[in-house]
Amino acid sequence: MRLILSYLIGLMFGIGISISGMANPAKVLNFFDVAGTWDPSLAFVMGGALAVTALGYHFILKRPAPLMEANFELPTRRDLDLHLIGGTAVFGIGWGIAGFCPGGALPALGTGQINVFIFTAALIAGIFAAKVLQSVLAKRASARA
Amino acid sequence: MIFETTFTPLQSLAGGAMIGLSAVLLMAVMGRIMGATGVLAGLLRPVALTDWSWRAAVLAGMVSGPLALLLFRGQMPTVQVPVSTPMLIVGGFMVGIGVTFGSGCTSGHGVCGVARLSRRSVVATLTFMLTTAITVYIVRHVVGA
Repeated sequence: MRLILSYLIGLMFGIGISISGMANPAKVLNFFDVAGTWDPSLAFVMGGALAVTALGYHFILKRPAPLMEANFELPTRRDLDLHLIGGTAVFGIGWGIAGFCPGGALPALGTGQINVFIFTAALIAGIFAAKVLQSVLAKRASARA
Repeated sequence: MIFETTFTPLQSLAGGAMIGLSAVLLMAVMGRIMGATGVLAGLLRPVALTDWSWRAAVLAGMVSGPLALLLFRGQMPTVQVPVSTPMLIVGGFMVGIGVTFGSGCTSGHGVCGVARLSRRSVVATLTFMLTTAITVYIVRHVVGA
């Protein structure tokens, strides 16, 4: 049951991404190109998603627990560290170069276009490289301590 | 190669609302943040089967999104890639590094995190929106790729 529901929720996300234009790097990059071929559509994607999520979370998170799990798993950290800011800065540069973000690329895999698979392979390689780097940094930090 | 794209406020708003609804439903059912980075990273580093399986189901749903569109609308979503293959690879790799260190991307930080007014997510979102815009400006108007 949880797998069926998870599939349907993923499907809704995938259809939303497909309809919104987030799966199309040309449209995504044009949103940021105010000085060129500007297309403000993405502001509407973010606006629609944020409005629904903020309202929905407001009610859902008042409940004691989710339907299929024991607890809500919410990030609790509030500190702003170098990893967060440096990481998201690098993410933005990569997004600006390639035009795909993970949420746009994963559903776009369904179109079968080779470019999406090339991006996703590089994305996965980057995730693995970062995990290795993180464990090296963690070891070095604990050696120093 | 730069493509002009059409401004699609209604479709983008509707797609965004669906993305938001899927985020609300994932929280209601599984108690989890709907982040493409989290779903993918969890699949790459399986901890427990029950934790892996729902992510696999969400990903399968996401990939089915374009196919559902083909079924209902008779065509797949448009995917136009205005950048070269090396840019896809370099950008993809940087996105992978960035989202791992930054613990999230457009969906996790930009939608779910900002919707719950998480301080880290708000800072993350402002950071990547800024670096993406600067990168697109440099790529298109300074380097002229």
